[in-house]
Amino acid sequence: MTAILQALADGAVIAKRNVIKIKRVPEVLMFVLISPIMFVLLFAYVFGNSIDIPGGSYREFLIAGIFAQTVVFGATFTGAGLAEDMQKGIIDRFRALPMSRAAVLIGRTASDVVYNVLSLLIMALTGLAVGWRANAGFVSAVAGFLLLLLFAYAFSWVMGYVGLLVPTPEVINNASFVVIFPLTFVANTFVPAENLPTPLRVFAEWNPISAVTQAARELFGNIPPGTPEPTVWPLQNPVAYSLLWVVAIIAVFAPLAVRRYRKMANRR
Amino acid sequence: MGICHTGSVDWALTRDGEGVHIIEVSGLVKRYKNVTALAGLDLAVPKGTILGLLGPNGAGKTTAVSILTTLIEADEGSAFVDGIDVAAEPGRVRERIGLSGQYAAVDQDLTGFENLDMIGRLYRLGKRRARERARELLSVFDLTEAADRSVKTYSGGMRRRLDLAGALVARPPILFLDEPTTGLDPRSRIDLWGVIRELVAEGATLLLTTQYLEEADRLADDIVVIDHGRGIAHGTADELKEMIGGERIEVTTPDHSQIDDARSVLAEFAVGDMRMDPKHGTLVVPITGGAPVLTRALRALDSAGIEISDVGLRRPTLDDVFLSLTGHAAEESEVSA
Repeated sequence: MTAILQALADGAVIAKRNVIKIKRVPEVLMFVLISPIMFVLLFAYVFGNSIDIPGGSYREFLIAGIFAQTVVFGATFTGAGLAEDMQKGIIDRFRALPMSRAAVLIGRTASDVVYNVLSLLIMALTGLAVGWRANAGFVSAVAGFLLLLLFAYAFSWVMGYVGLLVPTPEVINNASFVVIFPLTFVANTFVPAENLPTPLRVFAEWNPISAVTQAARELFGNIPPGTPEPTVWPLQNPVAYSLLWVVAIIAVFAPLAVRRYRKMANRR
Repeated sequence: MGICHTGSVDWALTRDGEGVHIIEVSGLVKRYKNVTALAGLDLAVPKGTILGLLGPNGAGKTTAVSILTTLIEADEGSAFVDGIDVAAEPGRVRERIGLSGQYAAVDQDLTGFENLDMIGRLYRLGKRRARERARELLSVFDLTEAADRSVKTYSGGMRRRLDLAGALVARPPILFLDEPTTGLDPRSRIDLWGVIRELVAEGATLLLTTQYLEEADRLADDIVVIDHGRGIAHGTADELKEMIGGERIEVTTPDHSQIDDARSVLAEFAVGDMRMDPKHGTLVVPITGGAPVLTRALRALDSAGIEISDVGLRRPTLDDVFLSLTGHAAEESEVSA
């Protein structure tokens, strides 16, 4: 118990440090905020008129997908931040301190939630500007955002682990691109999954990102009336399925990442 | 205490009866894929003293410090810090040590104060004490004015001082300084030496790695020369210098026939065997007494009518130590580990 409290206390110190860094390096924040705006606008205006959603508008369909993709990509910051700390030698300093071995990871994953909160806020505002509405009420919409944040938090443990494995921060961006892009595209994020060829469709149906997107759509009230009911369990119970993944990802990747942190060989 | 010239350094012989060793390392081995970074290193540091670990890049200095500070694990051998087995109880070791690395590990985006405050919190000093300690150290290290500026704006010397301050936040009794002055200008180096000497005056035990014989000479009570992952000699700075000949005058004459005349003129200044450096046709005369002796030597040469084309006063460097210990100059290993 004390070990957990200490890990949280130390993690809070690290998180505070990371948040200070977000403020000091506003260039990073600019990109974090501009790219989601760009995504919303590009998809809304480029694809918005050429993709038909029966009974609804593509823009409404699209927004939850963009939210999901963007927050999952946000996990890249976790990996890049850790890789950079490692490269700059500050992780060595932390590792020689009598602090919790989980604190650097706890602090990093926590502070990266700030990025996702900000980018969701910006995207929601941009979405509202291009005609998106949350139709299921305020509480339900908040639940939708919370689910997105929770899933993103879990995913940042994955990238945190990867960040401790790679030799330089630059590798992280490429690695995350290769992993996250297919994961967020072979899903129901941008097109309805039922139109995909069978192998891709099955992958998309069981892809947790589809479930998160589906859950957000439901909670935002963005499923047009008359849309056929999903035929697979994950999409019938998207909130439960998403939460299962959140638990599973953290249960696997948090211990892996902490173990990696413990055993890390310094590179000099 | 004599200079041990073999692969294994037997401290028991030289340190008998001087009490507890606060750092004790024996047979430490660390291998990376293609290189053996440490090949059986032995060290022993009595309480309240400074040990200088002297060697070229890639000799294994940083690897040794990394093992002692729990950053990496050794493949073989044992290491005890304050009587605690580093491999078995790394957490307890961390509570007793401070580490300041070769690459100033402070956060560039934070201010000096924020860096030290953060470290204090991570040592669990509590909010107030962490702040007080940060202010205190900033003042000790002459960084008060820069306290609230981001470290990015600091000079190299300021960063090193801040990094060193970071190691001292919790007043650890044992300090590891890995090449604290590498890359600093001479002025900042001398400043930092002053700070380090004060630390030990306050009772800390210190293990310092360096590539500079002069630095080890100025700071360390004992020096272990390390090459290819093992200690090849140990002794005090004076003992090492005695062994490698200390200061010397190097003289070159335009006409080779005059070298012998020069040799007989300079014999009265020599404190050891004079030798010829065949590569440069240079006469090397070991002396003590520095520049005044050089001046007298030059006068003597002049009044004997010996013409010289080049002359210099040389002080021993790490290269000289290596040359005399190993017969080869200090060379960097291909992998710096």
